[in-house]
Amino acid sequence: MAPLLELRNLSTHYVSQRGTRVVKAVDHVSLALDAGETLGVVGESGSGKTTLALSILRLLPTAADNAGGEMLFDGEDLLKKSPEEMRQIRGKRIAMILQDPMASLNPLFTIGDQVAEPLRVHEGMGRRSAWQRATALLKSVRITAPETRVREYPHQMSGGMRQRIVGAMGIACEPRLLIADEPTTSLDLTIQAQYLALLRDLQREHGLALIFITHNLGIVAKMCDRVAVMYAGRLVEFGPVRKIFDEPRHPYTRALLQSIPRFADSRQRLTAIGGQPPDLSALPLGCAFHPRCPDAIDRCRGEAPEETGAAMGHTVRCWVAGP
Amino acid sequence: MTPLLEAVDLAKHFPVRRGLFGRARGAVRAVDGVSFVVEKGRTLGVVGESGCGKTTTAKLVLGLEEPTGGSLRFEGADLTTLDTAGRRRYRRGIQAVFQDPFASLNPRMRVGQIIMEPLITHERIEGADLKKRLERLLDRVGLPAKAASLFPHEFSGGQRQRIAIARSLALSPSLVVLDEPVSALDVSIRAQILNLLRDLQAELGLAYLFIAHDLAAVAHMSHTIAVMYLGRIVEMGAAATVATTSRHPYTRALFAAALPSHPDEKREEIVLAGEVPSPLAPPSGCHFHPRCPSVIRNRCPGEEPKLRTIDGIRVACHLYE
Repeated sequence: MAPLLELRNLSTHYVSQRGTRVVKAVDHVSLALDAGETLGVVGESGSGKTTLALSILRLLPTAADNAGGEMLFDGEDLLKKSPEEMRQIRGKRIAMILQDPMASLNPLFTIGDQVAEPLRVHEGMGRRSAWQRATALLKSVRITAPETRVREYPHQMSGGMRQRIVGAMGIACEPRLLIADEPTTSLDLTIQAQYLALLRDLQREHGLALIFITHNLGIVAKMCDRVAVMYAGRLVEFGPVRKIFDEPRHPYTRALLQSIPRFADSRQRLTAIGGQPPDLSALPLGCAFHPRCPDAIDRCRGEAPEETGAAMGHTVRCWVAGP
Repeated sequence: MTPLLEAVDLAKHFPVRRGLFGRARGAVRAVDGVSFVVEKGRTLGVVGESGCGKTTTAKLVLGLEEPTGGSLRFEGADLTTLDTAGRRRYRRGIQAVFQDPFASLNPRMRVGQIIMEPLITHERIEGADLKKRLERLLDRVGLPAKAASLFPHEFSGGQRQRIAIARSLALSPSLVVLDEPVSALDVSIRAQILNLLRDLQAELGLAYLFIAHDLAAVAHMSHTIAVMYLGRIVEMGAAATVATTSRHPYTRALFAAALPSHPDEKREEIVLAGEVPSPLAPPSGCHFHPRCPSVIRNRCPGEEPKLRTIDGIRVACHLYE
């Protein structure tokens, strides 16, 4: 069976106005996601994970350019779609939840109007039936008293409720793929647990594929089937979640996993990664991680590593870890 | 031995007014009678969700807010009875590192000026002595001496947090309040800063009041953990005990909600209903009773549970009486 989404060597570059400076925010990224599966894209700020999400939806800012590759969704290359065709896909077949729910809700419209909007645009529903469906959607994201809440405005909701409302808008047209960019960073712990449980239930009910963009490995451990680790615009490791946690192959993945405090070994010294994440506009030669890498060899300083291991479904970009 | 810092029944109520000259109509009980101690060279971690009063507690400890009730004793002296000189000493002894190093450092000052400012105000040292102190502070937090002549914007988040830590150490405080010191930093940088804070504690005998929402980080850093809910401490005890065998239903739900560190790590699934109620109108009796999975119907809504010691842990819950 063909995967639901398949990226082949996808590259997105930001080019300065005169074309002199190029930032390779997403560079030769290949990955695949099956229907109903959950993919976690982890990386630090500036690793290109949000640009990757925006590339899939083709919502890139004007300075960004697709610099090659293919993006197959249900067998069709999204990069070949016209803007009008993309508009019909966004919100209907692929939806996205952003980090800050207040920024994705219009303060001047009622909750009902906003949850009903995708239904009216994509499904051509009338106002009354779209509102009825919106009420049902609010109920499905566990908003209490949805009949009164539809008539209220975003400022009357708490942070957790707003994020659930944005979730309701995301699933309104029953998309095949939902991309969530740091959906719980602004939420409290117990509210985050509620929200993640909700997303999992929705996924089960609708056979939804999920992409989590996050810097939090805990969310990945809890929610995801596959993991894509990004560093400086490149996918450094990609594989099934247990493989990544039990046998991480890239030194960056390994270091990241070791640097996180755990309950079991409290008071033990953490293994820190030295240095800073690199500036994407002035990347080091060779492998971008080599200045911070404990295992770097001469080859890493001069030559960017190729992706290996595609046949086993666990790819890595590293001269030392590769075969 | 007197503890370094002792809070007894500490309270901060903010009056709520309507209109410009309106009279107070009730109060937000941001901190509502909390008692804790911070021992020399130890870390007290405070956890809880937004609105639980942990930041207000930090502000009270820093002397940035006046308590409306209870008392704070630092090195045995009651804060409210201190004269001007005493207050100065108090302020020198307690320093802070805040969450966002992009907001807590003045962008118009050079790093050297930022770190030296407390020294100049409080110790009136200058010239070569000052320079030597500055270099030692920079070295202590792992920054090169040339950092002193640069501006904050020339540094990354992790390095800025090092600058903020150097500034907090300038007056050799005995207690540093750490309010979410790593949550604004990149994941790969957090371990560096947590390790640095631990090393400084070991070298300088610092005490920390560590406030964070990342429970694993708090458990990692703290000797004692206090769990707050709507202005009150609901559980307090040795960090390992609170993290692994907590008693209070809220603590259990909170730690169950913490994310696993491995896909196979199974946790109790306790998904709490509802959200944290408004501190303007907290529920009667035990504040947690409307969300509590093990509520005692005829007891918890009417009667406020007191903190009691059970097996070395302090718990405020009617289940353990």
